[in-house]
Amino acid sequence: MFEGRRLILFLFFLTVAAVFVGKLFYLQLIDDTYEKAADNNAIRKIIQVPFRGEVYDRHGKLIVYNTPVYDVYITPRKAYVADTNRFCALFGITKGYFDTVTRQARTYSRVRPSIFLKHLSKEDFARIQDAMVDYPGFSITTTAFRTYQSIAFSNALGYVAEINPNSLKEQPDDYYRQGDYVGVSGIESYYEDVLRGQRGVKYRMVNSNGVEKGDYKNGKLDVYPVAGQNLYTSIDIRLQEYADSLMMHKVGSVVAIEPATGEILTMVSAPSYDPSLLAGRNFSKYYQKLALDPLKPLINRPPSAYYRPGSTFKLVQALVGQQLGIISAGSVFGHAGAPVKCHVHTTAHNDLHNAIQWSCNPYFYHAFRKILYDGTTGDTYERSAQGLKRWSELVANFGFGRKLGVDISNEKRGNLPSVEYYNKVYKGENTWKFSNIYSLSIGEGELVVSPLKMANFAAIIANRGWYIPPHLVKGVGPRRTLDPFYKNPVSVGVDAKYFPVVVQGMQDAVLHGTVGADGRIPDITMCGKTGTSQNQKGKDHSVFIAFAPKDNPKIAIAVFVENAGFGGFAAAPIASLIIEKYLKGRVDRKAVETKFMNMSYLANVVYNRPAVRVKPDSLKK
Amino acid sequence: MSGPSGQLTSRIDWISVGLYALFVLLGWMSVYSAIYNPESPLGLTDAAFYTSNAGKQLIWIGTSFVLIMFIFALDFRFFESFAIFIYALFILLLVAVPFLGVTINGSHSWFKFGSVTIQPAEFAKTATALLLAKYLNDPQVNLSRFKDQWRAALIMGLPILLIVGSNETGSALVFVSFIMLLYREGLPSEYPGLLLGGIFLFVSALMLNPLTIFLVLLIIAAILVLVMPIYLQRMWQTYVKLAVGISVIMSLTMLVEWVVNHVLKEHQRNRIKVLLDPGFDPRGLGYQVTQSKIAIGSGGFWGKGYLGGTQTKFDFVPEQSTDFIFCTIGEEFGFVGVAVVVILFMVFLWRLMYLADLQRSRFARAYGFGVVGILFFHFLVNIGMTIGLMPIMGIPLPFFSYGGSSLWSFTILLFIFLKLDSHRSDMLSR
Repeated sequence: MFEGRRLILFLFFLTVAAVFVGKLFYLQLIDDTYEKAADNNAIRKIIQVPFRGEVYDRHGKLIVYNTPVYDVYITPRKAYVADTNRFCALFGITKGYFDTVTRQARTYSRVRPSIFLKHLSKEDFARIQDAMVDYPGFSITTTAFRTYQSIAFSNALGYVAEINPNSLKEQPDDYYRQGDYVGVSGIESYYEDVLRGQRGVKYRMVNSNGVEKGDYKNGKLDVYPVAGQNLYTSIDIRLQEYADSLMMHKVGSVVAIEPATGEILTMVSAPSYDPSLLAGRNFSKYYQKLALDPLKPLINRPPSAYYRPGSTFKLVQALVGQQLGIISAGSVFGHAGAPVKCHVHTTAHNDLHNAIQWSCNPYFYHAFRKILYDGTTGDTYERSAQGLKRWSELVANFGFGRKLGVDISNEKRGNLPSVEYYNKVYKGENTWKFSNIYSLSIGEGELVVSPLKMANFAAIIANRGWYIPPHLVKGVGPRRTLDPFYKNPVSVGVDAKYFPVVVQGMQDAVLHGTVGADGRIPDITMCGKTGTSQNQKGKDHSVFIAFAPKDNPKIAIAVFVENAGFGGFAAAPIASLIIEKYLKGRVDRKAVETKFMNMSYLANVVYNRPAVRVKPDSLKK
Repeated sequence: MSGPSGQLTSRIDWISVGLYALFVLLGWMSVYSAIYNPESPLGLTDAAFYTSNAGKQLIWIGTSFVLIMFIFALDFRFFESFAIFIYALFILLLVAVPFLGVTINGSHSWFKFGSVTIQPAEFAKTATALLLAKYLNDPQVNLSRFKDQWRAALIMGLPILLIVGSNETGSALVFVSFIMLLYREGLPSEYPGLLLGGIFLFVSALMLNPLTIFLVLLIIAAILVLVMPIYLQRMWQTYVKLAVGISVIMSLTMLVEWVVNHVLKEHQRNRIKVLLDPGFDPRGLGYQVTQSKIAIGSGGFWGKGYLGGTQTKFDFVPEQSTDFIFCTIGEEFGFVGVAVVVILFMVFLWRLMYLADLQRSRFARAYGFGVVGILFFHFLVNIGMTIGLMPIMGIPLPFFSYGGSSLWSFTILLFIFLKLDSHRSDMLSR
């Protein structure tokens, strides 16, 4: 029964199918309003990268800003170029380039935009802007380059580059996409989150000529970009430039801090590089060159280089010894009985002041011995361990062996030997004693510091016992916000009453002690201490720390010049010039200035030095 | 499992199974295309893939295969014997869903078991088809009798009422498709005729103003009078009948107007307005249809190539992977692709009808036509709405659309029939 009804039903189905196919035929092949509408309606996801925050110096001078550049994109399906030769002439490209890039773009996707030409300048953009109407399928996106007002502030600032594949993979919040720019080192990296702002996304209906036809869904899906925030640094860019010029032809570091605030006035790493080299379309070319340079200009030495503090560390011994109640301003030690040699100076009444003024090695040898052994019990091994424990706990307060928390991403810890450290090195407890580690007494041996730490130490003495963690940025954004960490003083646990003898010793070291005539400023009372940092290969590094003026100090400084020998020779005069420049705004000692600007120690530099090796050795001042 | 007709594998209709597999594959490809992002394409090894629609759909496909195995493992008599219980179970679930269900995409019609959500309305179709077939298996039943028509209507009406009650008018309309089952099993032609006439009247009432309809009716009446035998022309009753007919139709026309404005809900009214006037509010209410037509229209003859669609990305067409999956095919495979899909659907439906008519048991045959009816109704409404010929309803395209409930329910629906079909020689003829 009713078998025929299957056919009737199927005829009905076929009718519907025929209507559908007819309608589809009409929609897809006859009526081209829909195809046009697709072009008209094509949604562009427009990424809006806000300009990165600008960077200012402590006096409000602009150091880093952004210059817009223009990238041209091609969408192969829509691209049409009637006269290739004219087009190539307009863009200043060769026919070969045009063919290669369009082929690559077609291979990637016919409907998605591919990069066609990168980083057109404003001038180039102005030239081609009007002509773009004749070339459908080519669109332009604005990006920006970092532009630098000064070539002297580059290492601490860091640079901005395309994010590398590893960082892209490891990013926690999935913010960056391939090709995004990101701060790579220095404060560009440390303050990346505030500098970059927040990327915006706009969905726009765009026609085939790239003309926008309105918001998609009335902008409901759009995310507005948030502009990057400006950084107000504590850097004095004039002082920075001056210090940078003094460090020409040298390898080393200068760090100057305002003691009362912890603000870093100057941070020079030598040799350095022109930051604009890493900001343009030639990034990879220059980056290669800089990365392969044996003098390693890309390394920011002040927070990350490893040096022994040398004799500058004697100041720490003087303060710690007094605080422990083991030595006092009146303690006297002779040269006899010490394995360390000393320069010829009067030992008639070799007290603490005298020992600092003349950087007396035997004095601090004996003092450190007392620090380890006094008031401790057991055999010499046990007493050494007990003594070193109380000593290293106090020394750690000065920031040695740990990070100070400076706002740069590559700060290094350094090394302050502890009991555990020596137990590990000598493989077991009670296997070492004072005679194994006495080099610590004069800042050699296993001690490792960075120039930043030594500058901070100078600030501690300038403040007579406290510091504010050093920082490069004193305010972020329009409200100049600053982390409370960079506002609160940290005490080092040494009473202020133990400082005057040290300060006086430093003053006399400059006036008629280890510092030579080139390091003296006639009308400024500078307190300083020379140091000679030993290294396994090559000539010693010249070290000097200082602050000035003696009362109510305005600047504390550490200068390291690699392979320049005795601390008083190179580091002290350079430090004195920078202090003079900062306090007076000018330098009157032109001869000294010229001498040290032209001085080069590069001939002494031994490349590929091994890292500082743990081995007590002969000592110098 | 071997019966008198040999191995199971040789008794399964592999043409239907092959078409099913092809539809599922094409559907998955389209779902993948909708989530495909050329900047970071997801592979099978990415964890994110399994939280994307394409990954989940792959899991639904895998579980569907398990369902198929399960259905073939059951005794073929199970479906007939338990039809009433299956039906009762789903009626209970439909009753329970307003109280125990959860809301997904604004529709309070889902059950949630852990991370799996099930929409009982999707499965109620199968249960109803089974019970209708079971009822018709009784040789006493004759659909030309009013009593039996009324009983069949009751079986269909109960789930319809419950589904409409939970605000799923679209899903309820699917049950109208059982008219094809009943028609094949002997329902007088007047019923489908009236249904088509009613739809025609409804559409006319919406598209034309009453005066036009009245004039058209007058002209039709005049023509009827002219072609009628002379003796009828001379009888006054003829004119009374015509006048009554015109009055009834005109009243119904007015009623349509009233129903649209007072009974239908705002969104239903708007969907009808959009259907009738394609230019109606293209950025707002007409947005879905406009974008859908743009996506399909922009495909051209050959399409933009697989994964090359631009309109079907960014959630550009809402409900891209569920109700509007046909757009993706239209955009990426062009006219060739959609025509092939339409033709394959016709081949599939023809094959199922052919198999249904081979059945010796009326139960299996009726169920087969129930399956055909349901599939055709989805085909009609789903494709119709993507190209602007049907109002928008939440009706998926069978086997293609993204979604576990939908894929599972169509798989069960189809494979129960294929299971019955594989045993057709075991069944008693009527």
